[in-house]
Amino acid sequence: MASYSTNEFKGGLKVMLDGDPCSIVENEFVKPGKGQAFNRVKLRNLKTGRVWERTFRSGESLESADVMDREMEYLYNDGEFYHFMEPESFEQHQADVSTVGDAAKWLKEQDICTVTLYNGSPLAVTPPNHVILEIAETDPGVRGDTAQGGTKPATLVTGAVVKVPLFLEIGDSIKVDTRSAEYLGRAKED
Amino acid sequence: MPEISSWQPTASLDNLRRRAALLADIRRFFSERQVLEMDVPILSRRATSDPHIDSITANCSGEVAYMATSPEFGLKRLVAAGIGDCYYLGKAFRNGEAGGRHNPEFSMLEWYRVGWDDHRLMIEVGELLSWVLKIPKVYSYSYRALFLQHIGVDPHRASFEELRAEVARVLELSFEPAGRDECLDLLMSHHIEPNMGDGITLVYDFPATQAALARVEEDELGVPVARRFEAYVKGMELANGYWELTDAPEQQRRFEADHRYREDNGKPVYPFEDRLVQALEAGLPDCAGVALGFDRLLMLACGAGRIDEVIAFPIERA
Repeated sequence: MASYSTNEFKGGLKVMLDGDPCSIVENEFVKPGKGQAFNRVKLRNLKTGRVWERTFRSGESLESADVMDREMEYLYNDGEFYHFMEPESFEQHQADVSTVGDAAKWLKEQDICTVTLYNGSPLAVTPPNHVILEIAETDPGVRGDTAQGGTKPATLVTGAVVKVPLFLEIGDSIKVDTRSAEYLGRAKED
Repeated sequence: MPEISSWQPTASLDNLRRRAALLADIRRFFSERQVLEMDVPILSRRATSDPHIDSITANCSGEVAYMATSPEFGLKRLVAAGIGDCYYLGKAFRNGEAGGRHNPEFSMLEWYRVGWDDHRLMIEVGELLSWVLKIPKVYSYSYRALFLQHIGVDPHRASFEELRAEVARVLELSFEPAGRDECLDLLMSHHIEPNMGDGITLVYDFPATQAALARVEEDELGVPVARRFEAYVKGMELANGYWELTDAPEQQRRFEADHRYREDNGKPVYPFEDRLVQALEAGLPDCAGVALGFDRLLMLACGAGRIDEVIAFPIERA
């Protein structure tokens, strides 16, 4: 397996630290004028999402992590596992609840999401940035109130709760930004 | 990296104009004080002995030459030859040093004052920085006072175990510190520097083990300390000065010790500057000297966060 020295560390590089795959967030070269050189590195642990701050001696190296992002179609949830498929090879992968984590509340069957594979198995799931989902539950719509004005919570069919304008009703489809859980607009009915 | 614009400078034209103005201001500062500008080789047959600085090697007429990591050897040889107060404002090169505040090729200001000691020179460094940066207040602390204030340990007397415990308390490391000096460097660069505040901070009386080319003398508590100082502004190290060592045999011993350290630690070993030893044998007058990172001073003057905001073509585009 390849290894990277501190001077190759850059944002997004995937390395192993303390047995866990990590993504480098930031790497700063620190050198006292007459002293030894260090690298102060921020890494995101891809298993836990926690950010670590570590100081390395300049020139130290870390093993690369066998981590890759793949676009996959979300198929279904069988109650225990979430199933995904690579569209070209039709190869299927299953991920458990803890791997899917927060992404679960945005997953709609047949949507394309990013599945991060570590040693070939799903490590994390990232939903598409924008999804179109139907409102399953919300207070009745207020007539005459259009785009501006107040908001109310709406529960979507996948379980996510989003603040929406007052005029929306159960059964309406809306477009949401999954990164901020922000309502973007009403989706056109096909 | 957008290839399409890689011919362009990374620094704004405004910052490059300020660069020109600052170069002119510094030359005026020294001209008013009758300090002479000197040119010294940046392509040299000898290299630094510094245990933690690597030279860039060049090939010159079939022989190995080294890009100067600082102008200090040339300037000291000139001071020994009797030139008097002098300075160099130009390029220096350090292998592998690249980052937010580092570029392998950078600009350095270094000057020598004959008959002065480190404390007299610290005052002048404070004056130059105050004038350029329009920061009136200059604070000065001994290295010990700074450690006591920020960490609560005496850096000269604390044991390796105590220092290691302090490092473990404030930092997460991927390695075991190899000695007291490494612990002190870590605490200084990761913990004290970022908390120094906005003013100009001068730090003097460094540990004797970090003397480099400074004299070692006893301080008021009878502890041997290096008569060396550093200047910091906004947590950024700007300058490093010495009351210069003038003792030739001691200089020879330090070069040899540095040489051994580099060998033992698997670092490239270069021929050391034997002609400086000869110059000290002939007699270097009592003097103090200081090196200042010009690009960093310009960063502060421009309010820049990264060195590539003040260098037209940093190494990626050079």
